[in-house]
Amino acid sequence: MEAVEYIIEMCNITKEFPGIIANDNVTLQLKKGEIHALLGENGAGKSTLMSVLFGMYQPEKGVIRKNGQEVQINDPNDANRLGIGMVHQHFKLVHNFTVLENIILGVETTQKGFLKMDAARDKVVALSHKYNLSVDPDALISDITVGMQQRVEILKMLYRDNEILIFDEPTAVLTPQEIAELMKIMRSLADEGKSILFITHKLNEIKEVASRCTVLRKGKYIGTVDVAATSKEEMSEMMVGRKVNLKVDKAEPKIGDVIFEADHICVNSKTSQKHLVKDITLNVRAGEIVCIAGIDGNGQTELVQTLTGLIKPDAGTIKLNGADITHSSIRKRNTSGLGHIPEDRHKHGLVLDYPLAYNLVLQSYFEPRFCRGQFLKYDEIFKYADTLIEKYDIRSGQGAKTFARSMSGGNQQKAIVAREIDRDPSLLIAVQPTRGLDVGAIEYIHKKLVEERDLGKGILLVSLELDEVMNLSDRILVIYEGEIVAELNPSEVTIQELGLYMAGSKRNKEKEA
Amino acid sequence: MMKKLLKGDGIYSFAASLIAILLGVLVGAVVLFVANPAQALNGLKSLFIGGFVDMKNVGQTLYYATPIIMTGLSVGFANKCGLFNIGGSGQFIVGAYAAVLVGVKCTFLPTGLHCAAALLAAVLAGALWGLLPGVLKALCNVNEVISCIMMNYIGMSMVNLLVRKTVFDQLKNQSKMPAASAILPKMGFDKIFVAGKATSSANAGIIIAIVAGIIMWVVLSKTKFGYELKACGYNRDAAKYAGINEKRSIIMSMVIAGALAGLGGALMYLAGAGKGIHVVDTLAAEGFTGIPVALLGMSNPIGIIFAGLFMAHLTMGGFNMQIYGFVPQVIDIITSVIIYFSAFALFFQLVLRKKFNKGADDNANAEKALSAEAQALPEVLPENQGKGGEI
Ligand SMILES: Nc1ncnc2c1ncn2[C@@H]1O[C@H](COP(=O)(O)OP(=O)(O)OP(=O)(O)O)[C@@H](O)[C@H]1O
Ligand SMILES: [Mg+2]
Repeated sequence: MEAVEYIIEMCNITKEFPGIIANDNVTLQLKKGEIHALLGENGAGKSTLMSVLFGMYQPEKGVIRKNGQEVQINDPNDANRLGIGMVHQHFKLVHNFTVLENIILGVETTQKGFLKMDAARDKVVALSHKYNLSVDPDALISDITVGMQQRVEILKMLYRDNEILIFDEPTAVLTPQEIAELMKIMRSLADEGKSILFITHKLNEIKEVASRCTVLRKGKYIGTVDVAATSKEEMSEMMVGRKVNLKVDKAEPKIGDVIFEADHICVNSKTSQKHLVKDITLNVRAGEIVCIAGIDGNGQTELVQTLTGLIKPDAGTIKLNGADITHSSIRKRNTSGLGHIPEDRHKHGLVLDYPLAYNLVLQSYFEPRFCRGQFLKYDEIFKYADTLIEKYDIRSGQGAKTFARSMSGGNQQKAIVAREIDRDPSLLIAVQPTRGLDVGAIEYIHKKLVEERDLGKGILLVSLELDEVMNLSDRILVIYEGEIVAELNPSEVTIQELGLYMAGSKRNKEKEA
Repeated sequence: MMKKLLKGDGIYSFAASLIAILLGVLVGAVVLFVANPAQALNGLKSLFIGGFVDMKNVGQTLYYATPIIMTGLSVGFANKCGLFNIGGSGQFIVGAYAAVLVGVKCTFLPTGLHCAAALLAAVLAGALWGLLPGVLKALCNVNEVISCIMMNYIGMSMVNLLVRKTVFDQLKNQSKMPAASAILPKMGFDKIFVAGKATSSANAGIIIAIVAGIIMWVVLSKTKFGYELKACGYNRDAAKYAGINEKRSIIMSMVIAGALAGLGGALMYLAGAGKGIHVVDTLAAEGFTGIPVALLGMSNPIGIIFAGLFMAHLTMGGFNMQIYGFVPQVIDIITSVIIYFSAFALFFQLVLRKKFNKGADDNANAEKALSAEAQALPEVLPENQGKGGEI
């Protein structure tokens, strides 16, 4: 008998998908009460391994043991019975249900056929209180923030008395503040004796909470290390197989003419008197990266959607290369040199049921190189897709014909970034371009963005990540409650100061009369 | 590359449809045994043989298949854009009326042109009936199911009124027969599909329906327009982001869906089979039959052609069962059961894929399978192609 030291052991797991071995003889051992990080490049097979543990996929080879006993996990219900819960990379909540309804979904207790809500509510409220989650059980999912939705997912696991908790990239969608709180919650869960598997691409987070870390690369098991004894550089080298430069190298910007101007943009809220975007004026010049920094929900989304044409401004004008595009269609904006890496890759960025190749020509399928008359030139589209896949290292099971839906989250993001940069726009609006990417991919995307800048393109970056903001931008605009409250030079401001501006407690730009 | 992809997917769709049919027949057999045990086997035999009794019956199968292939294509086309065209009935009947009107009145046109004009009128009328729900959906976000249902009733009542006013045959209480010059050519089918003296009603209509299906396949899978339409159907937000005019796509897909159903109406009433538009207060059944046809054909134009032929085959089988004393209601039950099972075709497809392709589907797929029954039709349909990989 093996030592019963491990609460969960996944031994020699192999899982294949058409065209790819997602997990190749992977072993993972989770100790009771530990936070165990899972690290690996995009497409390394992390989500797949966790899905195997959660019973969503059946491995071709390998065994799973719980407390030394071999177990068979055929579906998520089996996993649940074994006390395994999972927060997915892309949440699985019913949007027009309330928090409470979502939490009890699947484990409803009934009395004479009617739902027994009261007991459930008490339990949810008690749990929420105990772990400081402050979730309102009666709020509709569609009305609460992503951070709150995640807490609902956590409550779902706690409600089911799960003791093994899987978090698949929980921090990719959170603001730095929310991340800090999540870390706290995870730690208190671990102190309670729950065992946690934690997938993230951010080495800081691993350093902060995890005790051990298992590294995967291209589906293979590389090793498990003690986090305290391993540096961030060593970990990233283990996962990528080469040294990664965590800092961005960039020269002084060579700033040219103004490419893009937004003048007195206002967007009103549909439901209240509030202005979502209040009289914002900004410009981007050739050869610079301008960053809009701010805490999530301060009007960034609406501002970007206005600039890109997804919503109409209530006032103001927008000019691209001198031409007024305030009332232009999205197609017109796209063809006259506007690129857009959207915030929500599943909502706007991809048609998940289209093959990768189709997704890579989403804004250019009508160009003469991809169609003859009304007919699409498939050969050209697939050839083009293959070059992008090669150039940007987009990994998937079946190359250009893989359906976007079956690609790993990070590779979906890479596909969007590749498409937008390769369209060679004169202004690229990039919202969280590196969300969910591994350090190697982030390094590459940052390099590409700087390259574009040096080619005389303008880049408007919207990011919640302060490191990215400080590293990449030539000029920072701080947005707070729909207003630009400060314009800062990244070389003259510290992260702490930037934080103060973002929190609204400081401003260096007075409202114009 | 694309071809291979389609093929891999096609196998599952085909096998799934087949399973649906077999299960339907199985339940149908039970119904037959309950209704009339003595004749059940004979009845079942007729059902299987369907139209394959003699050449005339084969011709009749083609004749019955024509309109439901058209309405099936109509439902399938709208579906590709994520819309549920339940208005096939209204579009069908206004198309039929327009064709009959031109057929009866415009006798000054020369033979070939007369028929073409009647068909064109039907296409335009059907398109108009699709346009309205399309515009309402695109511009005011009115659910197309509701507006389509209303358009069905408006279409029916209006056609009743207009038939009485313009082309009414008092004796038969139906519309007058179109002039011979407006009738669809027989294309020699009257020589092929005969049994003794009895000729079938088969005519150029079936050729037109098949050609329409092929054109639809080409449009959907080869053209820019098809690319845009499907992008809208799969993810409207992404289509908008990509600069595709999603409002235009919605309107166009409803217009084309309407035109297809309208053409179906013309093909039925210009068949020269002596059928006129009855002035009755029931919605044209062909419009609704298009829904299971599209479902069974998995919204794939080629699949729809075969599904339409199959349904016509069942109808013929049903007629022949009457010889053994089965009442039409029993026949209806059996065809409905098969239709009902065809709705599960998607579910079977997923099961098949899971079995033979193991992990090819992501969990999202599995989830969809579970909720497939609960989901409304328009959500179910678009999911069924473009998933997973090939073996
Ligand atoms: N359902 C599926 N069907 C086919 N291939 C799949 C499926 N799910 C994942 N894959 C493939 O398996 C590989 C591993 O995917 P997985 O989602 O596990 O990666 P990951 O490590 O979670 O990456 P990321 O950091 O980008 O989320 C990828 O190449 C992906 O394309
Ligand atoms: Mg993943």
